[in-house]
Amino acid sequence: MPELTARAAPPLAHHFVDMRQQTEAARLGMWLFLASEVLLFTGLFTAYSIYRYLYAGVFEEASRKGVELWAGTTNTFVLITSSLTVALAIHFARLGRGKLAAALLGVSLLLGCAFLGIKAIEYANHFHEGQLPGKFYTFAEVQGPGASMFFTLYFIMTGLHGLHVIAGMTVLAVMAVRAWREEFGPEHYAPIEIAGLYWHLVDLIWIFLYPLLYLI
Amino acid sequence: MVHDAPASAGSAVYNTPNYLNAEIGVRSWLLTRDHKRIAIMYLVLTTSAFALGGIFAMLIRIELLTPGPTIMSALTYNRMFTLHGVIMIFLFMVPAIPGIFGNFFLPLMLGAQDVAFPRLNLLSVYLYLTGAVIAVWGMIHGGADTGWTFYAPYSTTTPTQVVPILLGAFVVGFSSIVTGINFIVTTHTMRGPGLTWNRMPLFVWSIYATSVIQVLATPVLGMVLLLVAIEHAFGFGIFDPARGGDPVLFQHLFWFYSHPAVYIMVLPAMAVISEVVCAFARKNMFGYKAVAYSSLGIAFVGFFTWGHHLFTSGQSTFDAGIFGVLSMFVGIFTAIKVFNWTATLYQGAIKFTAPFAYVCGFLFFLVFGGMTGVALATVSLDVHWQDTYFVVAHFHFIMVGGTIMAFLAAIHYWWPKMFGRMYSEGWALVAACLIILGFNATFIPQFLLGNMGMPRRYYSYPAQFWPLNVASTAGASLLAFGFLLVLTYLLISLRHGKVAGPNPWGSRGFEWNTPSPPSALNFPVPPVFTHGPHDYTTGAETPPEAPGEPEHA
Repeated sequence: MPELTARAAPPLAHHFVDMRQQTEAARLGMWLFLASEVLLFTGLFTAYSIYRYLYAGVFEEASRKGVELWAGTTNTFVLITSSLTVALAIHFARLGRGKLAAALLGVSLLLGCAFLGIKAIEYANHFHEGQLPGKFYTFAEVQGPGASMFFTLYFIMTGLHGLHVIAGMTVLAVMAVRAWREEFGPEHYAPIEIAGLYWHLVDLIWIFLYPLLYLI
Repeated sequence: MVHDAPASAGSAVYNTPNYLNAEIGVRSWLLTRDHKRIAIMYLVLTTSAFALGGIFAMLIRIELLTPGPTIMSALTYNRMFTLHGVIMIFLFMVPAIPGIFGNFFLPLMLGAQDVAFPRLNLLSVYLYLTGAVIAVWGMIHGGADTGWTFYAPYSTTTPTQVVPILLGAFVVGFSSIVTGINFIVTTHTMRGPGLTWNRMPLFVWSIYATSVIQVLATPVLGMVLLLVAIEHAFGFGIFDPARGGDPVLFQHLFWFYSHPAVYIMVLPAMAVISEVVCAFARKNMFGYKAVAYSSLGIAFVGFFTWGHHLFTSGQSTFDAGIFGVLSMFVGIFTAIKVFNWTATLYQGAIKFTAPFAYVCGFLFFLVFGGMTGVALATVSLDVHWQDTYFVVAHFHFIMVGGTIMAFLAAIHYWWPKMFGRMYSEGWALVAACLIILGFNATFIPQFLLGNMGMPRRYYSYPAQFWPLNVASTAGASLLAFGFLLVLTYLLISLRHGKVAGPNPWGSRGFEWNTPSPPSALNFPVPPVFTHGPHDYTTGAETPPEAPGEPEHA
């Protein structure tokens, strides 16, 4: 599938000396943004650690009876696979095969939708069972101090992560369109690369949420 | 050395066209990506916030003029000190110096055409504005009575409008993160040829250290404010003991940001002072590297001191001791700076101008505020002073005294560069005296009141505290008058000021080698750097015209 269509000249903003400087700046900026995103979740991870330490037994019981292991495990595979297709998309975008890259990003978007779909089914079950945060908690099987706290943290953590999935999918969709229009090539692939970095972070945060909420 | 517009050197010429009139119309300002125009937008917005916070401060001081009720009810008083704190911290002290002077001068000092992400830079202004509007909306529709610290569980149960104010602060936090990312990336990737790390102006070093804290600490604050808002709105119980929550966790998460935030406020102040000291002592910084690295030291240690806000919150004695000692490390790094600034003055050719007067004020407030800070970091003393006016006076000395002095030093020092005109030096010195005296008169009585045991945030007080409270209010009036004077002569100078020319101070900071006001495109030819800033030892008054060879490309 040789791509020989004329590509637009890589757009160099007026305040950069050359493309190398522009790419470096974009890459460093995204890494710093990712660092601040990690710190955003760190507040929640800290809260989780404290409350798990305080209510170890109740948290364990809530995790065993309250969340579906199959759903979490499936979602983990779904999200890791979507990261693989993003990585492949970047690879092909660098080779100038924009249509293929766009198709791979499309697969990632479908996997992102699948993730959100499974999450929605889980949420529906929680609502049905009364496994809800704080004052809305009515789940009879797990009681005691800290029982509602598990679901408070569960909903805030997965909810915030879900918002990040939606934001990441929006970015990937934009990149898919740009890749389809053959905007990327060997010299100019920084946008799709840093979009990929963001998606991998979304994936990585889930890899930490999965054991905390479903396994331990 | 920066080489630029040789014709303008020496003579007092108003540079037209410049960034102010390169494009005209409201639209050209609202959609600008020029870092200099964004700086001016920040100047207008943060100064307005300062005025609003200042009005609240005056109302608080008038209320405290007499022991009983004076002009407002107790609930209104609680709202006043909350809004005063929220506005001054989130809308003025955190964004002001980086937003105004960082934006304007960081690219000029680095020889760059703009910051790395100009569109994000504009976004940060609008995030700031959005957050401010949300917060002010909340203030008009009921305000909050929690204090700016929003301690749970009171903040999650108060009937006042705490949610919009929390969300406003959350959005302003994003503006701060975006600015921080922009400055770090600009410093790393946009330095001109020959500008190695050890040749960077100390202003850049300190702003860089500030940005690191902004990027790493602000998200934690964002999260914790969001959690309080969620709990207040939906009763999720995350800090509610009745549902297994722990209010002390709030304090940990809150101070993990809010203590480093103190350094977000004071490091940019130190950035300004390092420039102004060099320019008016006509000497390069004594111990350049020590000053540069101590900024990073403060940024680093600042992340490990938050526990000193929890000495009386049931923390173990061992933890309290560790946090106390770690807090004192900040004092060491600050002392390194103070000794180097004063050593720079030694045998310098000091020109006692308004900016330099503010440097003197800054040193006084920093040293005394800092020393009371070290005293407060001592656990046994803190138990005595906890939640008294001693703490209020301490942080006003170091944060407000430090930041305001530096802010005023910066605005006087760089006013001719930003607007191309001189302010009235005589009036400026009068205002500087008023402000420094007024500041002392406001807060020295508060140190005494705190030591006598007057608790902060109380609506009324016993008659024995009356005289010192009157003194404090009188000082605050002097301070307010000083600020109004500054505002007046600066606005007058915009139209009637003497044309400044490119370098009225004869400063050797890199930013002065541009015409005043700078052109829309900072440099017609990219500058090449052959030595560090403030090099007063080589060459004549004006920079040599021959371009030097870059040592590092």
